[in-house]
Amino acid sequence: MRRLALLLLIAVIALSPLAALAADAVPTEKDSVAAARAVRLSEKLRCLVCQNQTIADSNAELAQDLRRQIHEQIAAGRTDDQIVEYMVARYGDFVLYQPPVKPTTWLLWAGPALLLLAGIFGLVRILRARRAQADAPPLTADERERAARLLAGDTGKDRS
Amino acid sequence: MSKKLLIPLGVFVVLCGFLLVGLWRDPREVPSPLIGKPAPAFVLAQLHEPAKTLGTADLKGQVWLLNVWASWCVSCREEHPLLVELGKSKVVPIVGLNYKDESAAGKRWLVQNGDPYNVSVMDRDGRVGIDWGVYGVPETFVVDKTGTIRYKQIGPITAEALETKILPLVRELQKS
Repeated sequence: MRRLALLLLIAVIALSPLAALAADAVPTEKDSVAAARAVRLSEKLRCLVCQNQTIADSNAELAQDLRRQIHEQIAAGRTDDQIVEYMVARYGDFVLYQPPVKPTTWLLWAGPALLLLAGIFGLVRILRARRAQADAPPLTADERERAARLLAGDTGKDRS
Repeated sequence: MSKKLLIPLGVFVVLCGFLLVGLWRDPREVPSPLIGKPAPAFVLAQLHEPAKTLGTADLKGQVWLLNVWASWCVSCREEHPLLVELGKSKVVPIVGLNYKDESAAGKRWLVQNGDPYNVSVMDRDGRVGIDWGVYGVPETFVVDKTGTIRYKQIGPITAEALETKILPLVRELQKS
């Protein structure tokens, strides 16, 4: 009797994940498209509570609420742009992981390119200076003779 | 020293300047896009009399504060004595937005800590909070007579913020 009860218990425990599965509605085609859209959108938006996470990643209550908002608005037939606008109107550009291009962010967007240009400019200047050095006029006869003397001389003494 | 060496030094000093300024700024304070905009409308049930509602329309024509609070909010306790005092002074009506809270817990919290609010309304699921761009409780908004948001305090009100920003602004708005 006892063994039977134990077996039953094991069976119940083993099957319980199935019960959890059954509780979830089977998504229809349309649902899965909407779900993918919701995930894509929530990955673009920053959670303001834990600022280095997207609202897709964050478990903060606000992130959960905002995910709910996204789901509801998708269900209501709003476009991605409208939903993003809705978030920006409430939380500012800061909610966007990708900052919009506008006068205050021009430097931010152009910065890497400007730095690259500055680097190329500097490199070109250094290379030109080197080439100018390499192209320096050859030694005069006097200098050549002096160099030969130095080379022929006792190098061991020079190194001491 | 050659002039060429001064360039990296100059860049370094400027960078240090930026970093130094950054040290004193609070990254949690995200400027609200709602300042200067009409306060998002709401009509919510009152905490103490759930049968009655209070809406933004009822508050038109006066300067008022919206203080977002909750019984689960730890730093609300920090600012609460200041609010209680402000409530007693009757300088400006304070509306409490009881954010994502249980009404029983909220009422008990007000009994324990004092109730500075003219009215508290319940935002159980946080929807009004989202409309107002609330992300860190407590938050306090100053709304003018026309129903425009003029100031937002993120995090607890400090005595300094109250004296130097909120009260002067409220007085100025009340005169206009």
